Amino acid sequence: MKLDSRIPSGPLEEKWTRRKNGVSLVSPANKKKSTIIVVGTGLAGASAAASLGELGYTVKAFTYHDSARRAHSIAAQGGINAAKNYQNDGDSVYRLFYETLKGGDFRARESNVYRLAEVSNNIIDQCVAQGVPFARDYDGHLANRSFGGAQVSRTFYARGQTGQQLLLGAYSALAKNVGAGTVQMFNRKEMVDVVVIDGRARGIVVRDLVTGELETHAGEAVLLCTGGYSNVFYLSTNAKNCNVSANWRAYKRGAGFANPCYTQIHPTCIPVAGDYQSKLTLMSESLRNDGRVWVPIRAGDNRSPDQIPVAERDYYLERIYPSYGNLAPRDISSRAAKRMCDEGRGVGPGGRGVFLDLGDSIKRLGKNVIEERYGNLIEMYERITGEDPYSVPMRIYPAVHYTMGGLWVDYDLMSSLPGLFVLGEANFSDHGANRLGASALMQGLADGYFVIPTTIGDYIANSKLPKVTVDRPEFTEARQSSAAFVQKLLAVKGHRSVDSFHKALGLILWEHCGMGRTKESLTTAIQKVRALRDEFWADVRVTGDAADLNQELEKAARVADYFEMGEVMCRDALLREESCGGHFREEHQTEDGEAKRDDENFCHAAVWEYAGPGKEAIRNVEPLAFEVVHLAQRSYK
Amino acid sequence: MKLTLHIWRQKARSNKGGFQLYTLADVSEHMSFLEMLDVLNEELVVKGEEPVHFEHDCREGICGCCGAVVNGEPHGPKSGTTLCQLHMRHFHDNDEIWIEPFRSKAFPILKDLIVDRGAFDRIIQVGGFIAVRTGSAPDANGITVSKESSDLAMDAAECIGCGACVASCPNGSASLFVSAKLSHLGLLPQGQPERLKRALAMIRTAEAEGFGYCSNYGECEAVCPKRIGIHHIARANCDFHKASFMVYQGTGGKAAVG
Repeated sequence: MKLDSRIPSGPLEEKWTRRKNGVSLVSPANKKKSTIIVVGTGLAGASAAASLGELGYTVKAFTYHDSARRAHSIAAQGGINAAKNYQNDGDSVYRLFYETLKGGDFRARESNVYRLAEVSNNIIDQCVAQGVPFARDYDGHLANRSFGGAQVSRTFYARGQTGQQLLLGAYSALAKNVGAGTVQMFNRKEMVDVVVIDGRARGIVVRDLVTGELETHAGEAVLLCTGGYSNVFYLSTNAKNCNVSANWRAYKRGAGFANPCYTQIHPTCIPVAGDYQSKLTLMSESLRNDGRVWVPIRAGDNRSPDQIPVAERDYYLERIYPSYGNLAPRDISSRAAKRMCDEGRGVGPGGRGVFLDLGDSIKRLGKNVIEERYGNLIEMYERITGEDPYSVPMRIYPAVHYTMGGLWVDYDLMSSLPGLFVLGEANFSDHGANRLGASALMQGLADGYFVIPTTIGDYIANSKLPKVTVDRPEFTEARQSSAAFVQKLLAVKGHRSVDSFHKALGLILWEHCGMGRTKESLTTAIQKVRALRDEFWADVRVTGDAADLNQELEKAARVADYFEMGEVMCRDALLREESCGGHFREEHQTEDGEAKRDDENFCHAAVWEYAGPGKEAIRNVEPLAFEVVHLAQRSYK
Repeated sequence: MKLTLHIWRQKARSNKGGFQLYTLADVSEHMSFLEMLDVLNEELVVKGEEPVHFEHDCREGICGCCGAVVNGEPHGPKSGTTLCQLHMRHFHDNDEIWIEPFRSKAFPILKDLIVDRGAFDRIIQVGGFIAVRTGSAPDANGITVSKESSDLAMDAAECIGCGACVASCPNGSASLFVSAKLSHLGLLPQGQPERLKRALAMIRTAEAEGFGYCSNYGECEAVCPKRIGIHHIARANCDFHKASFMVYQGTGGKAAVG
C-alpha cells in the first residue's frame, strides 16, 4: 500500500497557505459537470456538501437518517475550541496546535494539526454568521470556558448543546443549498459499498431503508463523512445507529484503515445500571470546570457521600495532577478512575463509579449560576438516575466515546483509494492517540468548511476522470455483491438475536481491549471474537425481508462488519508494543502508572490493508516526522 | 413490574394498521421506555416474529428521532422529556400502556411507530437559515449580541424537530416548530435581512405541506420535550402579517414594497 502523506514543503506555519496557493482550480463550467457524492451529513458532511454546492459542484448528499439534522454530531455537549484569544489569556494558533498534538500523545501528523488550529478561528466566524447562538457575556461578546488538557479558556459553547447548535447551523446551510437545487439530498439511504473503476472511487451503492432497494450513484469523487466506530463496544456514548460499515466497506475496496486501536474512553459518563442497558450517557467534561472528582480514602467505605468528611475524601485528580487538577486530559482521568475502582474505592452499585461533586461550586457561586451553566446536563442526569445532583454528588465512570483511528488520509484528506476522501471522525488524521475535549466539532467543521473545498478541486483538475455511468459492470458487480450479503444474513435463520451477539462482542472488547490492554488479553480477545463471529454466521436470526423497512437487517449488517473490524482493532493493539494516549498497554507504563511511549519503534501510524476474504489484514506504516515540536513525555502534574 | 402493552402495528404506509396486545413480565424501573421496548423486541425476535419498529438514535433526548404517543400523550406522561429519556419508574406494576405513532396528515406512517417527517426539512429549505457563503464571515466578535437576545434565541434554537407539537395539535399544526426557527433567527442581528421573507416562505410552505393553522390550544407547548413556548408563535404571526402587507409577494426577487 502506497502511503504518500503529500505534506506541503516549507515551514509549518506556511504549509497550508502554500497548499492553497498551489492547488489547481476547476472552472465554474467544469464544477457543474463534476458530481461529488457526500456520505453522511453530520458536521463534516453537511458543511462539506453545503460548501461544495455553493462552489458550483453537482452534489449528492446521503444520510441513513430521516433528516440531515439527526446526525450524531448533534449530541456533542461541551464546546468547540478555537485560538481566538478573546480572553487575552495567552492563546495562539501555535498553542492550540501544540496542546492538541501533545494531548494526542504525539501520534498525529504535525502538519494536519497545525492546519486545524489555523482554521479554527474561521469556524467560529462562520458559525456566528449563520446564527449559532453561542453563549455570550453581559457585554454582548462571546463567552469561553475551559476544557481538559488546556490551560487557557478557548472553548466556545451553546449551553450544553454546542453540537446541536453547530449541526443545526451546518444543516441550515445544507438546507439552503437543497432549496436552491445545488445539493440533492437523499434521506433514509445507507451506503453499502464503494464502486471502484480503474483504481478510483467513482460511485456508491446505497440501500433505501424504506423499500430495501439497492441503488447506484456515479460521480467524480466520494466523500465519507460517516463518523466513528465506538459502537463496536456495543455500549458507548454514541447514538445507536452509529456504525463502521461505510468505512469498512471502503476498506475492503482498498482504503487503508489507520490506528484502529486508538479509542477514547471518556471519563465522565453515567455508570452502567443493568444488563438491559442500551447505551451510555455522557456528562460533559465541562462539568469538571466546577465539579470536583473524588472517592473515599478508605476502600469499601459505603457511607453516603454527605457522611464522609472532607478529610476522608481523596480528590485524586487534584492530588496526582496538581497543575491541571480536575481538568486532566480524558485518557489520564479515565485510567485514574479505573485505578481508584480497582483499589476498591469505587462508589455506587458494583463499585464502578467515582463522585463528581458540584457541592463546593454551588456553595461558592450559588445554585443559579451552576444551573445556568449546566442545567440541561443536571436534568438529564436526574432523569436517568432519579438522583438530584444539586444535593447528592453525581456518580460517573468512563465509557467509550470517540475513536481517533479511522480511514487513513493524506494532507488533502484523500484516502489510499484515489477519489475517496474521508472527513471528520471517520478519518484518522488530527487527534493522534487521544482527542482533547471540544476538538471533534472543530475538526469536523474544519474538514468540511475549509479543507475539502480547497483540496477536492486539485484532485478533480489533475485527474483524468472519464465520465462513467451506473451501467458499468463495476456498478452491477457491487450491487449484486451487496444483495448477496443481505441474502446471506437473512438465510442463516438461527436462534439468537443480532443484539445478543453485539452485546457479547462488546463485552469481549471492553474487557480485553478497553482501558487497559495486555498481550495476553488481546490474544484472548482475537480468539474469542473469531469464535463468536463463526457462531454469528451460524446462529443469528434476522427477521423480516430484504424488500422492506427492516431494522433487524440494518443492525445485522453493521454487526457483521464489527466482527471483522473488532479483530483488526485487537491486532492493532497487540502489535503496538507501547502505550500512548488512549491505548494503554499495561506492560508499557512508567513507575507511576502513566503511558510510556516508544518513539524509537512506534512513532508511526499503523495502516491496515485488506488482503481478501479470510486472509489476515496487512499492517503498513506511515512514519510520523516532527519538524517543529520536541517529543516529550506528557506531563500534567 | 408487569405491563400490558397495546402497540400500533402497521406493515407499511399502504397497509391497514391496528393495536396488538403484548405483555411483559419483568420490567425494571430503571429502564428507559425504549429499553423496555428493546426487551419486548428481543422476545419477539427469538420467537421469529418481526420486532416493533420505532425510530431512535441518540437516546439522550437531543437527536429528535424518537417519539410515540403513550397513553394519548406524545413522548408520554413526563413533561419536558423525550420518549428515550422517559424511565419506567414513572409507571406502575400492572399498568396498561397504549403506544401509537405521531399521527398527522403531514406525517404519513412508514411502519409501526415510524412516521415520515420530511415536511419539516422542506419547510427549513425555503428559509430556515441565514444565507452566508463559506469563508465570507466577519470576525465573530465583530457582531455583538445582547445576552438577553442571545439567550432568547437559544431557547428557541433548542427545538429538536421531533414533531410532538404536530402530533398533539388538534389542527395538526406545525406552528411551534416553524416559529421556534423563526424566533431563533429573527432575534439575532444576523437574521434581520431575511427575517420577513423567511416568515412568509416558511409559514406558506407549512400550509402547503398539509399542516393546519394555530388556534391557540397550547397542547404543543405542553408536550414539547424542550419546553418551547407558544409566545414564539405570536412573534412568528407578527412577522408573517407584517411581511404579507409589505414585501416579497412575488418570487425571484421582484419584491413590491407597499
